[in-house]
Amino acid sequence: MSDTEVDEPAAEANVPDDADVEIDEVESQDSAVEEAAKHTPDALPLRVRDLRKEFGGIVAVDGASFTVREGALTGLIGPNGAGKSTTFNCITGIHEPTSGQIQFQGQDITGLSPNQVANRGLVRTFQIARELEEMTVLENMMLAPKGQRGESLWRSVLPFTRRSVNKQEEEVLERCWEMLEFFEIDHLAYEYAGNLSGGQRKLLELARALLTEPSMLLLDEPFAGVNPSLETRLLEHIHDLRDQGYTFLIVEHDMDLIMQNCEHVIVMHQGKILTEGPPEEVKRNEAVIEAYLGGEVGE
Amino acid sequence: MSADAEGDAEAGNDLPSPLDTLWGQDATKLGLLVVGIVALYVIAGTMLDYGVRQQLNSIGLLLFYIAVFAMLALALNLHWGYTGLFNIGIAGFMAVGIYTTAVLSKPAALSEPAAGSVGGFGLPLWVGIIGGVIAASVFGALVALPALRLRADYFAIVTVGLSEIVRFVLLESSFQKGQIAGYFVGLGGGSGLILDFDPTDQLLTVFGLTEPYADFVDGLGATLGIGSNPKPVFDSLLYALLLLVFLLCFYVLLRRTGNSPFGRVLKAIREDEEATKSLGKDTNMFKIKAFMIGAGLMGLGGILFYAEQGAITPNTFRPRITFFVWIALILGGAGSNTGSVMGGAIFAAFLFRGPLFLKNVIEDIFEIDAVNTFGQAIGPLLSSADPLPLLAYTVDNLAQLQLVIMGTVLIYLMHNRPEGLLGHRKEPATSIPLTRPDRSTETTTQAMSDGGPDRVTGGEDDE
Repeated sequence: MSDTEVDEPAAEANVPDDADVEIDEVESQDSAVEEAAKHTPDALPLRVRDLRKEFGGIVAVDGASFTVREGALTGLIGPNGAGKSTTFNCITGIHEPTSGQIQFQGQDITGLSPNQVANRGLVRTFQIARELEEMTVLENMMLAPKGQRGESLWRSVLPFTRRSVNKQEEEVLERCWEMLEFFEIDHLAYEYAGNLSGGQRKLLELARALLTEPSMLLLDEPFAGVNPSLETRLLEHIHDLRDQGYTFLIVEHDMDLIMQNCEHVIVMHQGKILTEGPPEEVKRNEAVIEAYLGGEVGE
Repeated sequence: MSADAEGDAEAGNDLPSPLDTLWGQDATKLGLLVVGIVALYVIAGTMLDYGVRQQLNSIGLLLFYIAVFAMLALALNLHWGYTGLFNIGIAGFMAVGIYTTAVLSKPAALSEPAAGSVGGFGLPLWVGIIGGVIAASVFGALVALPALRLRADYFAIVTVGLSEIVRFVLLESSFQKGQIAGYFVGLGGGSGLILDFDPTDQLLTVFGLTEPYADFVDGLGATLGIGSNPKPVFDSLLYALLLLVFLLCFYVLLRRTGNSPFGRVLKAIREDEEATKSLGKDTNMFKIKAFMIGAGLMGLGGILFYAEQGAITPNTFRPRITFFVWIALILGGAGSNTGSVMGGAIFAAFLFRGPLFLKNVIEDIFEIDAVNTFGQAIGPLLSSADPLPLLAYTVDNLAQLQLVIMGTVLIYLMHNRPEGLLGHRKEPATSIPLTRPDRSTETTTQAMSDGGPDRVTGGEDDE
């Protein structure tokens, strides 16, 4: 069982080998989180400790601990039913963990509601792209930016405050067009989101998530149901964004894709962290191979 | 929340909203629809040899129903069309509204009133109306708070249940009469409440127009040849026009609400609440706000519906009225404010008032003399294949068949045009037109780098 028991020191040991982030240094910054809110290189990564989630008698996540490095592509892989999506849902507040702790940028976010998590800069996309189907692509995009004054009912309705709402709407609109152009889906702007293809929806969802100005993105199977050419495009975008300093945690069950694109790979199996490390190392790990071939690990 | 910079770039930019032009078009459409309906009714009235008095009465009543159903449909559109809240308790909110107004504004009775009647607190009517709207809104919050976590269908059950609870509370004899701080007040129980206030009279008094109005009415009444006592005719017309003004206010308010970032979040909640949450929107707050506003407007709709009727009884507020409003909304197209008004007008004119009128017109044209019972009507068809008595009988009972006709129309719509007349129109939820900004191609990747200094920041006040 020793391989499956990745506990705290082991998880940390994997992190700083070539990172410019020293754990000690980082922990001293708890108070300065506000300043480190954006993707500055010394901001804290996501840290999950002893996460456990039970549904009735079923233990979906069984003491998972891992950290995500800043400004990197981290892949979370595992066979079906390994607990990846549940872990994701616990991090993003959709499920409340049974026990364990989740820290984001040094702050405890365990048990926060999904909107609170998103407002801290940790934004997710969904496995099945969840577009707002009977809204146009542009409306979908314009929903996302934070701090919109017009979301206050009175400011939207009253005539003398409506102007400032309009002004902000123009800024928002401009950013949305830029983002649509960046993702090359600007020709679809006036289309209902429900009419988009699977791949276009994934692009829209990523674009929409970016408009919330996240510091970290959690992508739940971003490549599922996407045709190869769009997959390449999506990957290019993700690499671009990584280079700009965004942090990614990507859940996938397509092992090859993760191995080729991520700097750091976490492998889950049966609710536990099987191993983590650089792709080359993980690829050689016999437990991982066994898990993917369906063998019972540690027996 | 991480962006707490509060960089409230103060906006003093005055941009003429080109939405006004679109709004103008929609208003024109709606105006034409109402004028067309009125013309149709005038023609029908002429065929029935209506005198001026009858014509004016019929138009007054028609406009009244158009206005109330359009207002209620607009309020429901905020709940269902925008936010996706399946509210089938409209009657309850209406009842809370008008009953609160009645209790607050009925003349005070400081000594024990006669059996079967109760007093109120004797407050001015406008205080009563505001109180009624607030009460309906607060009642909305009470419904919403526990029920918002429920799925749409369970939420619907809660709302219809609560509207029935309201009705039974109003029927309850323990609340019929009581004494609060010296005032003899109560809900009247099954016999209801006499509304001994007249909104049009009060309004005229406020503006000091009682005398000129009386002179005007007498003069015009004489000119038109209405006969003795023209005041009730003009009162009902005046009240109908007043309601059309209220309808306009509803429309403007809800359009502004819908075409704004607030309305955008509501639409997003309708589409997918979880996805909306994952973008950092506190959806529960938005849902409660939308539900309270809609409930308050339904209360106001109830107040305006019944304030001039002279009396209210609890059994007026059966779920049937809720479904009338739903039919109006579905007709017009959920999600569109213009469609809601259209649906309200069409429902009032053709489904609510229409059958009765149609019956009179047909009977007048064909000079039908219908038999009295179904047996007498079906007999000739069976014995001598003569369908005429049955047809005549059906026409004679068109008013009673109202609900059957409504049901048929609803089924037809669901099969052939579930989105209603204007349901699938694109009404983007933004306060500005979504044109593409005119600019040369910048390096788009640059724009990506987190928005730069011109990033939109501002206080989140929806937490």
